[in-house]
Amino acid sequence: MENKKRKELQVSAIQNGTVIDHIPAGSVFQAIRILNLERSTEQILFGTNLESKKYGTKGIIKVSNRYFEAEELNKIALVAPRATIIVIKDFQVIEKKRVEVPEKISKFVKCVNPNCITNNESIITKFTVLDKDVINLQCKYCEKITAKDNMVFI
Amino acid sequence: MMKSKSLISIYDYSKEEQLQILDIAEHFEANPVQTILNDYVVATLFFEPSTRTRLSFESAANRLGARVIGFTDSASSSVKKGESLKDTILTVSNYSDLIVMRHPQDGSARYASEVSPVPIINAGDGANQHPTQTLLDLYSIKKTQGTLENLQIAFVGDLKYGRTVHSLTMALCNYKATFHLISPTELKLPSYVKQHIKDNKLEYHQYTELTEAIPKIDILYMTRIQRERFSDPIEYERVKNAYILRNEMLMNARDNMKVLHPLPRVNEIAEDVDANDKAYYFKQAENGVYVRQALLSSILGVK
Repeated sequence: MENKKRKELQVSAIQNGTVIDHIPAGSVFQAIRILNLERSTEQILFGTNLESKKYGTKGIIKVSNRYFEAEELNKIALVAPRATIIVIKDFQVIEKKRVEVPEKISKFVKCVNPNCITNNESIITKFTVLDKDVINLQCKYCEKITAKDNMVFI
Repeated sequence: MMKSKSLISIYDYSKEEQLQILDIAEHFEANPVQTILNDYVVATLFFEPSTRTRLSFESAANRLGARVIGFTDSASSSVKKGESLKDTILTVSNYSDLIVMRHPQDGSARYASEVSPVPIINAGDGANQHPTQTLLDLYSIKKTQGTLENLQIAFVGDLKYGRTVHSLTMALCNYKATFHLISPTELKLPSYVKQHIKDNKLEYHQYTELTEAIPKIDILYMTRIQRERFSDPIEYERVKNAYILRNEMLMNARDNMKVLHPLPRVNEIAEDVDANDKAYYFKQAENGVYVRQALLSSILGVK
């Protein structure tokens, strides 16, 4: 009981906002980047390498006073396909849902092909997600595949 | 059907659309000079030189009566001054009804088609696509074999980097071809193309010897092996002569078999093959003009 209490305190509760739970421990900073939280002026709490019953270790992000569009949150499915989104109002859980890997990805991933036009002119990248399990992105322009391990976030 | 539709990738056209272009090309072969594009201006923007492709397009446009404007490499254009691709395309689209472009970067043509108010024909974007080559290859195969269905097709040489080979292989999967892949071990067909063959429930056979496949095939598609593809120069010296086609090697070939090559040839087809009636590569280049006539006229809505 006491252990559980301490664990909950590892990242403090927020009054209002969004909690993103079950992020793989290594992907917390990527998720922060993808959601553009680096520039946020709201209070953000995060933890990584936390204990998780389900996955061994995990990361968590808590953003005060922010409620995201599903489209925006689904972007982090690329690095955290099993993330849980929890909407908090007045310390209460209002909604709990899973992220979904989107069909199309735009703007925030770089194409792996150095000779792709998107890496040579100022062009917004666009990808089709070919395989939602493995997460292979096909560039709309050069048609090359950017695999999950090669993803660089813009 | 194809009116105002850019041609960027061979996958932009359905099988029916491909066959329709080949049918129109046949009419142009029968009657090449038809001045149906008198009122049109075609721009050929070659951001990198490709004399053969450019001349073929310009010949096609001229035979249709269109006026041709453009540049032959980026050194002679405003690109050298640092103009973006978008600005070049937007500017030239004011001067022309259709843009044919060749560009060294992959995906440049797709991007141009997004910003351009006039249709774009991709004449090669880096290592990515060269759809008019694929269509002229299909035309040549259909013409020499009477059909595109159920053929035995051999590809020889650099199957790893050869854009032409990848696109044509993918396109021929629509026509139930069987593939014979002849290359040095380090230049084998990439796995994604082989997977595409398997996904279509078709067969491929891999060889390292050129002679073995020759009696079994309808089309022998030769490509050049480039020195710069090898990290080990000794390896290049070892394989470079193993994939040279000589006339005597065609002795056991089928009667209907034809030798194709996207050109330019260096030494991978010995000159003694040229006189053999199986040599089709120069006629294949000629076919390129008819196919490009078909594309220009259908995209401009005149055919």
